[in-house]
Amino acid sequence: MQSAVDLGRAGLPSKMRRMSQRRAPPWLVTAAVLVALFALLPLAFIIWIAVQTGWETVSALVFRPRVGELLVNTTLLVLLTVPIAIILSVALAWLTERSDLPGARLWAWLCVAPLAIPAFVHSYAWITMVPGLHGLWAGVLVSVIAYFPFLYLPISAALRRLDPALEDAAAALGLGPWRIFWRVVMPQLRLAICGGSLLVGLHLLAEYGLYVFIRFDTFTTAIVDQFQSTFNGPAANMLAGVLVTCCFVLLGLEVLVRGEERYARVGSGAARSQQRTNLGRATIPSLALLVVTTLLALGVPFVTIGRWLIAGGAEVWRLDEIGLALGQTLFLALAGALLATVAAMPMAWISIRAPGPLQRLLEGCNYIVGSLPGVVIALALVTITVRIALPLYQTLFTILVAYALMFLPRALVSLRASIAQAPVELERAASSLGRRPLNALWSTTIRLSAPGAAAGMALVALGIMNELTATQMLAPNGTRTLAMAFWSYSGEIDYASAAPYAFIMVAMSLPLTWVLYVQSKRMAGR
Amino acid sequence: MSFLEIKGLHKHYGPVAALAGVDLDVASGSRTAIVGPSGCGKTTLLRLIAGFEAPDQGRIVLDGEVLANGGAAIPAHRRGIGVVAQDGALFPHLTISDNIGFGMGRGDDKRAERIVELAYIVGLDKAILKRRPHELSGGQQQRVALARAMAMKPRLMLLDEPFSALDTALRASMRKAVAELLEAAGITTILVTHDQAEALSFAAQVAVMRDGKFSQVGTPRDLYLKPKDRMIAEFLGDAIILPASISGGFANSPLGRIAVDTNDSRDVARIMLRPEQIGLKRTSREGMSGTPDMLFGEVTESEFAGSTCTIAVRLLNNFDPPDAAAIGNTPLILRKSGMDAPAVGEIVRLTVSGKAHVFV
Repeated sequence: MQSAVDLGRAGLPSKMRRMSQRRAPPWLVTAAVLVALFALLPLAFIIWIAVQTGWETVSALVFRPRVGELLVNTTLLVLLTVPIAIILSVALAWLTERSDLPGARLWAWLCVAPLAIPAFVHSYAWITMVPGLHGLWAGVLVSVIAYFPFLYLPISAALRRLDPALEDAAAALGLGPWRIFWRVVMPQLRLAICGGSLLVGLHLLAEYGLYVFIRFDTFTTAIVDQFQSTFNGPAANMLAGVLVTCCFVLLGLEVLVRGEERYARVGSGAARSQQRTNLGRATIPSLALLVVTTLLALGVPFVTIGRWLIAGGAEVWRLDEIGLALGQTLFLALAGALLATVAAMPMAWISIRAPGPLQRLLEGCNYIVGSLPGVVIALALVTITVRIALPLYQTLFTILVAYALMFLPRALVSLRASIAQAPVELERAASSLGRRPLNALWSTTIRLSAPGAAAGMALVALGIMNELTATQMLAPNGTRTLAMAFWSYSGEIDYASAAPYAFIMVAMSLPLTWVLYVQSKRMAGR
Repeated sequence: MSFLEIKGLHKHYGPVAALAGVDLDVASGSRTAIVGPSGCGKTTLLRLIAGFEAPDQGRIVLDGEVLANGGAAIPAHRRGIGVVAQDGALFPHLTISDNIGFGMGRGDDKRAERIVELAYIVGLDKAILKRRPHELSGGQQQRVALARAMAMKPRLMLLDEPFSALDTALRASMRKAVAELLEAAGITTILVTHDQAEALSFAAQVAVMRDGKFSQVGTPRDLYLKPKDRMIAEFLGDAIILPASISGGFANSPLGRIAVDTNDSRDVARIMLRPEQIGLKRTSREGMSGTPDMLFGEVTESEFAGSTCTIAVRLLNNFDPPDAAAIGNTPLILRKSGMDAPAVGEIVRLTVSGKAHVFV
């Protein structure tokens, strides 16, 4: 999951660039260009393979019933999941942000908390609770539950930012509450809904574990199957090509639907704070919606994990094995987060301090790569290392590079926001007070952006911790992360032994959802 | 019988009383301004009249129809009251034309025609109708907001500091244009503002608000020349306030014998003069001698600000020895035309025109 940091896009136009035209140092530009080129490697590779394979083979591999079947499955999944998730998220966001629902703040956090549970753990929970669950509708159910927070976060942030004066104006013009919602509120949520839907859509395309549990075939599961049976055949690569095309279709659709509209507040001055609507008799049904959502999204996983932990007793806590997996996971997560943050640094600095056409181009590259499924990046790196640099195949270096490529946008968004909070004027003030340049940079920009950078690193680490597909394909032999251990136990239907791993993953992710929650509040200016 | 009738309106936000008993009568087709410092509750009052919120206590009656009575209130969208907010509150996702037509029925055949007509009335170019709000200047946005509110032919128009975001030059002309426009349309109007000059020049009836209550309601001239107390006097403009004894329509003050606006007799009273009632005539120290019934002063400070010049005048003689020390040391601050203001050090003769106002 290349998750929620793209919230920066989802919902909130990035307009907070403090322009202080300044030329970026050449070494910094070089670094940023190198990172962007490196990021484009998987994409270039797919094109190169397609060209090399030749049109006949490509068309034979692409235009066959199996691909059509996968295409139908994937399309239906996206077309059903996204609208349901939108409706659910808008309802939840409105209830938690704009109504007098009791305990709104707690509910708001509970609507974000499902992000702490990896999608394949959601699926594991459901399949052990309802063993017969499978197919499209099961996929839609679990997907909505696992991914709706990606829509909820930007929508609730957008709702919070809406200027209540607009709703007052519409009421004074004779519109009742429902018509105000449709004609004034909904249009302004469009950006948030577009961004969030894109994020959910990309996750649906990229997810592997979730759909394996409920036996629903998508491109990603097919690619991994193909990879496991024929290792590195052109068939897997061509499927990856189709999957990438699907991603681009989603990106393009989002750009089309989003349009060039500007939904920002017109006028100056601070917006008045909003009034919450009195729910009255609707309080009980509204509470029921939140309770049911929370039960499905948090209750089911927690109850299942708890049940298996109790059933397994002390036996399943094989501490040596768990300790090893935990250690390896933490190491990979921290090293990957560090690499991604360092790689994102030149780009982030340029985009705030020396924005221009070059920076927009580089950012675009990174963004497109960030939307590629992990399985595509992993497949590309496998093929590249096997064909060109065999000694690098299944090494620590390669897996860390894969993580960095996958999670670069996450690190970039956080870094950019935090550097933007440290205006260059502060750096100049420090210099004028007699600090040397490096000292001035240290005592202002770096000090001020450190918390944001740390939050970004934490989010990358969270992503790596719960990453399964790329890790399986690329990690050095003998690697066994929490996710891998969980996967292999549950693959053997040893659900009890898998439970401690699921528990640890969720427990470690839970605090990070708080970071997301706070970040989204801050983006709304609160 | 008045068109809008407000009786005993109360509104609390937690422990804070935003409105503590407001009464107001507004005649049909008239313009009323509510003026007060920020936080005095004037915007709350407007929101209650518009129906965005319900009062805790009190009644609002518009044209014989009870809009709010205690906690029960008709919601805003059924009141037919137009509102123009501080920054226009235009819908950013709609074009100007859709903004203006927002309140009209969508199937209306005359809709397009009417939008163009409204744009013309508020002085907007037709070409602007296809644009978006953020492409317009502040003044144009306000005009659109006004046209949008007028589209539904409101019985009452509420203006919530609509000119405060505009620059000074535009402000006065917009104010005049809006006043004329609403007058021509015969729409009863209430303007809320913190700018006293705006309130005085816009409305026929001005209500000064402080701490959730009206401290005085009246015509602009009455309020300016006969304020109830010192706070109102100073809020509405510069004031010179002097101790005096009054009897038989005259006051004996440090500035001499001045006609006052009451026939009461009191030994201790406070009178108020507006600085523009005091005239200055250049003279010299020699000119002072032998004229015991005249008042002289020396210019001690002068601050040139283009069209006006603010000068401080220290009294050299006065008629009321007991208070002389105190008053003589406090210079009078006067604003004079920048063209012929006396310079520092010059001696001037002071004269008072008009009547002084006696505080009750």
